[in-house]
Amino acid sequence: MKRSTPTLDRRKAVAEILRQRGDALVLTGLGSTCWDAAAAGDHPLTFYLWGAMGGAAMMGLGLALAQPARRVLVITGDGEMLMGLGALATIGVQQPANLAVIVIDNEHYGETGMQRTHTREGVDLAGMARAAGFRAAGTVYSSTQLKTWVPRFYRAKGPVFATVKVTTAYAPMVLPLRDGTAIKHRFREALLGPKAFE
Amino acid sequence: MPEDPNTPRRPDWPRAVHRLFREHEVREVAYVPDAGHAQLIALCRADRRMTAVPLTTEEEGVALLAGAWLGGARGALLMQSSGAGNCINMLGMTQECRFPLLALVTMRGDWGEFNPWQIPMGQATARALDAAGVVVQPVDDAQRVPETVAAAARLAFGAYRAVAVLIGQRVVGAKDWNK
Ligand SMILES: Cc1ncc(C[n+]2csc(CCOP(=O)(O)OP(=O)(O)O)c2C)c(N)n1
Ligand SMILES: [Mg+2]
Repeated sequence: MKRSTPTLDRRKAVAEILRQRGDALVLTGLGSTCWDAAAAGDHPLTFYLWGAMGGAAMMGLGLALAQPARRVLVITGDGEMLMGLGALATIGVQQPANLAVIVIDNEHYGETGMQRTHTREGVDLAGMARAAGFRAAGTVYSSTQLKTWVPRFYRAKGPVFATVKVTTAYAPMVLPLRDGTAIKHRFREALLGPKAFE
Repeated sequence: MPEDPNTPRRPDWPRAVHRLFREHEVREVAYVPDAGHAQLIALCRADRRMTAVPLTTEEEGVALLAGAWLGGARGALLMQSSGAGNCINMLGMTQECRFPLLALVTMRGDWGEFNPWQIPMGQATARALDAAGVVVQPVDDAQRVPETVAAAARLAFGAYRAVAVLIGQRVVGAKDWNK
């Protein structure tokens, strides 16, 4: 299978995506994307997953259906996405116009010692998303491509999918809030106000 | 008029449960089909106040409903007992974050089962869910299904707990293999 070597830096890519977040709601996957989002700047409307591997995209769908007027971004890892591929089909069926799923694809399981994932062997996540019915789906290799994709994450009619190819260069851990109940309450209060505690 | 034995019996509980979903403002109904849930699934799919979300595997529903709650929406998850096994790790998030979860599980491998492959998961369903921190509420009498679901909904949405109502094979009927 044909493949290009990733050149993008994960921290810079995630920071560039999140710089334009506005009032968007953000979910991360477990592991590196969690630290990437924390490094880009903590935010009450970021929900950090510290577990639930394979669940990020589905959680994004649940949130997108509950909040149709808000943009929802899922920023997760390739290993995390591979564990829940059925979610692509389920999202394809629902066609949420406000959902973007972004895979920060280092082609490895970074958190567990950099073992290769299926994407390193050529498995094409964007192709799978397209086949599942995502309205826009693509693979991002360069910062020029990323610049054209970022506005799509926030404004293109969804569901939108992109896999952003990044290097395996070391990025220090930046740990956000980790008590799940606290992350939940903080997010709901920021989104729903006092209704969060009814 | 004598009852035609070939006419499938239409139980009343699915209508009552659908009404309860409305009362509790359940907006996202996720499911992997089971014959025992056929009527309730059809009612929810036809209800414009609800979004029916067919899943490829039950754990998707656990994550979906966590996201729904984050966004201020209530949901319910419908599955067969086999599906409980597919949910276990994802339920860790439900427990850690204290997300409400209302799951309705139709049992197989429970009462009058003919398919031996259903027995292992069917017999492990209650203990597996219990081990994953889910409050398990079995119901074996069709008349009692609505009140059990109503109580479970209060526990889920009022007390922020994960609850599974196990609807016994006595209620949904053992599958007729001669049909
Ligand atoms: C169900 C489950 N299996 C395995 C793990 C161990 N694990 C934690 S992070 C991770 C790798 C994540 O890889 P990826 O999503 O690609 O993230 P990144 O490479 O950005 O760290 C794995 C396998 C887990 N937490 N849960
Ligand atoms: Mg990875």
